[in-house]
Amino acid sequence: MSATRDPRFAPRLAGACIDFAPEASCLEIQGLSLAYGDTPALEALSLRVPRHRVTAFIGPSGCGKSTLLRALNRLHDLNEEVVREGRILLDGQDIHAPEVSVAELRRRVGMVFQAPNPFPMSIYDNVAFGLRLQGRVSKRKRDDTVEWALRSAALWHEVKDRLQASAWSLSGGQQQRLVIARTLAVGPEVLLLDEPASALDPISTLKIEELIRNLKSTLTLVLVTHNMQQAARVSDYTAFLQGGELVEYGPTDTLFTNPRLRRTENYITGRMA
Amino acid sequence: MIGVWHAWRGRTPRGEGPWAWLSAGSVALSLLALAALLLLLTVRGLGHFWPADVALVTLADGQQLAGVPVREVALPGDGRERLYRTGNAELEDGVWAWVPVAAITEVEYPRELVRVERRRGDEMVGWLVGMTREDGRWIEGARAWTALQERLHVLQGLRETRDRLRETVILPHVSEREPGDGDTPELTRAYARLQELQAAMEGGRLILRAAGGERLVVPLEALQSARRPNAMSAIDKLADWSDAVWRFLTEGPRAANTRGGVWPAIFGTVLMVILMSVMVMPFGVLAAVYLNEVAHQGRVTRLVRIAVRNLAGVPSIVYGVFGLGVFVYGIGGTLDTWFFEERLPSPTFGTGGLLWASLTLALLTLPVVIVATEEGLARIPDQQREGALALGATRLEMLSRVVLPMATPAMLTGLILAVARAAGEVAPLMLVGVAKLAPQVPVDGHFPFLHLDRKFMHLGYHVYDVALHSGDLQAALPLAYATALLLVLVILVLNLTAIFLRHYLRVRHGMPSPR
Repeated sequence: MSATRDPRFAPRLAGACIDFAPEASCLEIQGLSLAYGDTPALEALSLRVPRHRVTAFIGPSGCGKSTLLRALNRLHDLNEEVVREGRILLDGQDIHAPEVSVAELRRRVGMVFQAPNPFPMSIYDNVAFGLRLQGRVSKRKRDDTVEWALRSAALWHEVKDRLQASAWSLSGGQQQRLVIARTLAVGPEVLLLDEPASALDPISTLKIEELIRNLKSTLTLVLVTHNMQQAARVSDYTAFLQGGELVEYGPTDTLFTNPRLRRTENYITGRMA
Repeated sequence: MIGVWHAWRGRTPRGEGPWAWLSAGSVALSLLALAALLLLLTVRGLGHFWPADVALVTLADGQQLAGVPVREVALPGDGRERLYRTGNAELEDGVWAWVPVAAITEVEYPRELVRVERRRGDEMVGWLVGMTREDGRWIEGARAWTALQERLHVLQGLRETRDRLRETVILPHVSEREPGDGDTPELTRAYARLQELQAAMEGGRLILRAAGGERLVVPLEALQSARRPNAMSAIDKLADWSDAVWRFLTEGPRAANTRGGVWPAIFGTVLMVILMSVMVMPFGVLAAVYLNEVAHQGRVTRLVRIAVRNLAGVPSIVYGVFGLGVFVYGIGGTLDTWFFEERLPSPTFGTGGLLWASLTLALLTLPVVIVATEEGLARIPDQQREGALALGATRLEMLSRVVLPMATPAMLTGLILAVARAAGEVAPLMLVGVAKLAPQVPVDGHFPFLHLDRKFMHLGYHVYDVALHSGDLQAALPLAYATALLLVLVILVLNLTAIFLRHYLRVRHGMPSPR
């Protein structure tokens, strides 16, 4: 954003290894640096997220992948300590521009968190939560949207007879799909998934992964995971981050089978301490 | 008691060894102390209303006395002494009599012995000689007993009519009357009717013979009830007892609070607690939301939080002094000069009253509500907040739709603690509005229906007043026990309401109840 660089950020490193087919990009990150107080978390990171694809961010714990994800819908705004530099463009528009409403941005860029976080209300009310925020929607329209969202999240058949039951009565995997349905109901263009299956059992994990693959026909998905098999299974592109820098970014097949850099290879083959 | 129970069932408390036993023992001791307290209040308080048998005691020297045995003590040397409640305050050796047990030759329970409850003063015990009716006719023997009961019933009806007239017509008129105004026609009519009723009550006397042979003459209108407990069956007594308890709960006090019921005090306590809750909850919750959700979590916030927690430890009388100085004299006095100037120098809000008492207690319980709510807010995971924000909610929407509903059980916990503390407070109330006797409850059918400026009665203060400010402590103590029991029950009911509400909210939100 600003022309002068904040001294807290390390000087820009030599460019990361980027092998990115110039598809239509949905999100574009330009020189993003971010620090929690005096602790830098991301350093001069640039990458483009292609539209209607699944992009995975992988990397060791503390590499900044979750920080990057949360920057994409401005969840860092809550934390007064966070210092940011650089731009993030959504469909060519800077998401930090003063005319952008944060609430509107977050409706366009939905987010699913690591632990399922349904609200303490009924299943129906959870899915309708975002709709109700948007003001007057007829009950019929709302019912339709709730059903559509639950179907899209592959949860409708399991809950259609108990929509008024508490969301907390669902299993962990169902709760996570409910959270996805809740996010879909708002009609986002981008869906950010922060280790969405790390708290789930293997079968629920598979369901979530299948769901991710199905959703990419209409949505741009960004997935943070430290399960490399998962990244390999569901994503089209993978970005490997380490120490707050982007190390390598390219099509998933290439990155996993033929990484360009030694660091990437060490990580994906598990040789990194 | 849990520990004792486990031991009895042959189980040791979890975690073997002396520490487990010691801790289980202290739980048992605390529970026993609590049970003993409740038992004492219940037995002494409720026993007061039981129509106990009257003993006719003949002593070795031939003297006789009639009374209800109260208790017995061992003398320093040898032997025991028994205390009888003999009533008959007009006699020289009246009301209480200590009798050496060794001197008693005979104890009988004659069916004809009568206990007469007076409207004020102590009861009378003796044999019914006869009565003169209000028209002057003399009746004696068995017919006198029937006639007495009929007359007492009539008198009770007349008194109720009179009290209703006083409450619904006369008092409202008088309180609205400006100085110098004459009587309205309605008021004149009411006074005339009052005199009629008064006249209808007068006349007739009852003549009793005390156990010592003295004649006792008493006007009938001074009597509340008469019964022959020795001739009553257990069922009769139970009916009598329930009636007495009911009257204690529903009637106003008489004879400087030493007789009658405590209804205005129950009403005042509950109303004050409700008003206090209405005042303290919004402020406490908003303050907690600010401290936990809005304020920058820096050194100043931490200091404020510590200060709030310490406020909970300030002695309540300090709040009373503050309320008197700021609310009563400061704000109340100013309100009087602005809005009620025509009534000065007699104060309207410039004196203690329901509003100031509730406000003082709200201030007293504010820290409790803030701390409890803040703890509830802190327990809500940040994921819930982020989840709401990620759906496009503003901070306000996040707070009102997700965070606050999730914190309602904690707020109710705060309310429960606040009610428990406020309902039992007496010291600050003495400064800001409680009254020994408030003839009108603060709610009636006259605009503005809820009279915040009125003084009110309070169960806690009533206990203090009855126990310490009535002449005969022996006689007043059971009444103090009964009132104290009632205070405990009132707090229990208020708390149970909040607990059930909290449980209902938890179930509705599908939240697990804490252990």
